[in-house]
Amino acid sequence: MPPSHGPESIERRIDLTNDRALIHRAETEVLGALDQFGYPKAAKFAIRLAFEEAITNAFKHGHKGLSASAPVRVELAVGPDQVSIAVEDQGPGFSPGDVPDPTLDENLEVPTGRGLMLIRAYMTRLEFNDAGNRVRMVFERNDTSE
Amino acid sequence: MAASDSRLRVRKDSGVTIVEFVDRNILDEANIQMIGDEITSLIESESSPKLLISFANVDHLSSAALGTLITINNKLRQKGQLRLANIDPQIYEVFVITRLNNIFKIMPTTEDAIKSFG
Repeated sequence: MPPSHGPESIERRIDLTNDRALIHRAETEVLGALDQFGYPKAAKFAIRLAFEEAITNAFKHGHKGLSASAPVRVELAVGPDQVSIAVEDQGPGFSPGDVPDPTLDENLEVPTGRGLMLIRAYMTRLEFNDAGNRVRMVFERNDTSE
Repeated sequence: MAASDSRLRVRKDSGVTIVEFVDRNILDEANIQMIGDEITSLIESESSPKLLISFANVDHLSSAALGTLITINNKLRQKGQLRLANIDPQIYEVFVITRLNNIFKIMPTTEDAIKSFG
């Protein structure tokens, strides 16, 4: 066994309830995993933002009308070149194509509806399940900027 | 408003109300709601408010925080003026991606922002 090599990847499955302390702890875990692989500041900013928005959407929209104790499942996989974060809520799901584009002139002054577009902007790709209650966000590392 | 649990630091300079954030991360919806309510109280206490929101200490903000800024901007348009200043380049990029740099008057520094009020 080769000595002192770090892990090839870090994988975690976390069930979160809508409790800020728990969300913060999960976020700290994500950032810690990114640090272990030396992800740069810009990548950490992007991934943290996407994580926050996905969790907010899951509880605010996905779990609307559900018990506050209903958990959202987070599956995290961090490797040297790629980060994957899946967020699955227990709601009925939604159609991503039905979300209005918040950057259109007529929507600029609408206070809501920017979370999904920010996730799209900052992550390399998004995959939704058919039901629309699970999103997998993938960030591919490209250290051209700090 | 000077509640002890306020997430804002508020001061006056040259007739401008300057608001700074206590927290480096403006992410938590409950906090954002509180911040929005507090700034709304500031706006409503003046007849023609000049409000400067400084992001000098802010590392992260969420779309909910952007939404609160839009709501404040919409309220102020009728009777006052709003400037944003001291925005970190990474956060400024969020404004650009969302095209919100087109609706907010964003100045580099507090001094620039104060001078820019009409």
